[in-house]
Amino acid sequence: MNAVVHAQAESRHLLSGNEAVARAVWEAGVRVAAAYPGTPATEILENIAQYPDIYSEWSVNEKVAVEVAIGASLAGSRALAAMKHVGMNVASDAFMTQALAGVVGGLVIVVADDVGLSSSQNEQDSRYWGRFGHMPILEPADSQEAYAMVKRAFDLSEDYEVPVIVRMTTRVCHVKAMVMVSGERIEHRAAGFQKNPQRWVMTPANAKPRLPLMHERERNLRDLAEISDLNETFSGSDRRIGFVTSGPAFMHVRETFPNAPILKLGFSCPPPLEKIRAFAGQVDSIVVVEETEPLLETELRAAGISVYGKDILPRFGELAPNVLRPAIKQLLNEPCEAPIRVQSGVFPRPPTMCASCPHLGPYFALSHIRNLNIIGDIGCYTLGAGHPWNALDTCTCMGASLSMAHGMDKGRGESDEKKHMVAVIGDSTFLHMGMQGLLNLIYNRGNVTVLLLDNRSVGMTGGQENPGTGLDLHGLAAPRVDFAKLAEALGIRPERIRTVDPYELPTMVKLVREEIKMNEPSIIITNRPCSLTDRFERFKPYAVLDEKCTGCGNCIDLGCPAIFVARRETVMTKSGKSKELSFARIDSNACTGCHLCVGTCAPEAIVQNLPMPPHSRQPIWIHTVP
Amino acid sequence: MTAADRVTNILVVGIGGQGVMTAAEMLARAALAQGYDVKKTEVAGMAQRGGVVSSHVRFGPKIYSPQIDPGEADLLIGFEAAEALRWLPYLRPTGVAMVNTLRLAPPVVSAGLYDYPLDPIGELAAAGIAVHAFDAGALADELGNSKLVNTIMLGAISDYLPFPATVLEECIVAGFRAYKPKLADINARAFAAGRAAGHV
Repeated sequence: MNAVVHAQAESRHLLSGNEAVARAVWEAGVRVAAAYPGTPATEILENIAQYPDIYSEWSVNEKVAVEVAIGASLAGSRALAAMKHVGMNVASDAFMTQALAGVVGGLVIVVADDVGLSSSQNEQDSRYWGRFGHMPILEPADSQEAYAMVKRAFDLSEDYEVPVIVRMTTRVCHVKAMVMVSGERIEHRAAGFQKNPQRWVMTPANAKPRLPLMHERERNLRDLAEISDLNETFSGSDRRIGFVTSGPAFMHVRETFPNAPILKLGFSCPPPLEKIRAFAGQVDSIVVVEETEPLLETELRAAGISVYGKDILPRFGELAPNVLRPAIKQLLNEPCEAPIRVQSGVFPRPPTMCASCPHLGPYFALSHIRNLNIIGDIGCYTLGAGHPWNALDTCTCMGASLSMAHGMDKGRGESDEKKHMVAVIGDSTFLHMGMQGLLNLIYNRGNVTVLLLDNRSVGMTGGQENPGTGLDLHGLAAPRVDFAKLAEALGIRPERIRTVDPYELPTMVKLVREEIKMNEPSIIITNRPCSLTDRFERFKPYAVLDEKCTGCGNCIDLGCPAIFVARRETVMTKSGKSKELSFARIDSNACTGCHLCVGTCAPEAIVQNLPMPPHSRQPIWIHTVP
Repeated sequence: MTAADRVTNILVVGIGGQGVMTAAEMLARAALAQGYDVKKTEVAGMAQRGGVVSSHVRFGPKIYSPQIDPGEADLLIGFEAAEALRWLPYLRPTGVAMVNTLRLAPPVVSAGLYDYPLDPIGELAAAGIAVHAFDAGALADELGNSKLVNTIMLGAISDYLPFPATVLEECIVAGFRAYKPKLADINARAFAAGRAAGHV
């Protein structure tokens, strides 16, 4: 168990921003916390789950998580929902209206923006939601601030009866820094739901009177932001440029320009315009350093405050010291050393599927079947777009595979005449937002072959549980959805629901070939767990008999990282063409004995004749260079 | 300026699953025990799937940005030879590189799409920095547990830190004593073996 869970008040700890949020949530007396996993926010709920006295759950998606938190708030409990930036898009339907109705128990939404896009499909600036929904935003710059601001956010939420957004980024969530833990839990008892239809039933007649109240609330929040100690001025002797900044960008500014005056916005929405105007009067020029959109910059210009911003700084990505320094030097007409080239010429090391990943078989099948448009989704299986499979044609957002495949079928062009539409989606993504797409394409008599790759885990974020795994957030037994029955209930004919062991390669290929020919929706469900989870069973490793290997390279095409090319040879075929042969070997430390590759080997050169390796938890996606 | 007055930047690099983040955590805790302000950061989103992992550890009187700028690392700890070479531009000209000579090829190399550098250690040395390279895996195997590589690498750099090697050693061994007492002794020996190897 995490040591900070038992930390005494007034003790120092090295905590990530996510761990600091969890501690603050516990101290704030939160009674309900809900989230869906997503980098870089996943560990917030994982850490909360370790504290007593908080009901916490993996919800099936972010909208559901926010709605659970809203319900708890209306019952009078303090409640939290946490998510990554794209989760806010899903959740927005709920909070955009609740921001109008308001809250009872403190309601805080912690959102983590993936600035720099290390593990996401886009880069979004969640600060827009504060403007859009008229909700205040607090922006911590490091773990200590995340800890302090989350506690403040609950008070703010109750004082103004408004959901509060705490906006984090990867450089807060995943940076470990010193945190002084100052308190213990303070219970906030729930008064119970007070029925009040005019307040909580958002019909037009009830919602309309809330509009002026919401705008009055926003004016009050703006007044508060003007005097809040969370908006802090740092004096500096070099007054040529004053920086207005927020979040971890403050740290980069302070690091790079230690002598510059800085106005740091911890309470950044509504923006304290008069405070900024006063600050502007004390310096020659203002540079707004904000990640990632020119949001505050635009608002300041509209308020008649002249500023530099994205006209001199990059339009996207992290504003790290090596980015800030040359831009500011140029603005000051000062010489700047040429930036150090960080390209080293070393080969790329893209993320790849793991040895014995249950997705390898399906992708081998998809990469060997012609005339497919393969519409993908969000998860480990998105890696199927890469080498050697090249068997994924789109990836947009959670659950999009089924609906986009359906649309591509209905809107097919001439060149797609012979194409079969295949949707690939994982168990957790299907339960998050895929079910509706499946129901839709069935209802509208679409024709899509669905590959539901059920690895009983939210794989990409580290193997969390979901309603398809049989366990809950705390590892306790939970009802487990039956995907085949669900598909049938949604309207797929039982004949078109095929469950398959993805390691039985010939069957896997045969099933895909059969189902794509059908003129109706069909679903192929794989049934082996993620090889990184405890559910995965390891067997004795396989090896290649050198004398039998013909160098055909079929097993290499699986993309299993345990299989590698030991030797290449170019030979002439009978027809006089040159042909490259790849003689394979299997890394016995990485091989888990799943036997998938046996199905690719006609000369039967792959055999299971080695003892179990001593370490069953080796890194299973890499092998040494011979 | 004494060592305590300035900021020390350590970059730990390798591949997902090698223990890069754990090693960085140990360094951060040791610096914390010495009373420094500390920040540690990494981008490891998809790295669990065999990608590159780099962890930045910065400590000193007060740390603002958690990130090490290119050309600013005092120490580069490479858990794999080509990864050390990849991150070389982050090392100062006066910096020290401690490298495990292990060579791990990703599928794109194994498939022949890219080449593994013939002599990454030689290329590091040619850049004019101080390079210490040894086979940490072989040392770990001699001690009877391949998972000791992490502790061996930390031992190897322990004499290049601005605080006594024993501080880092105590941090590591105390952790094992508390949670996995059976492994405390072997890790102390691994640390010592690494410390000796780090001077080669």
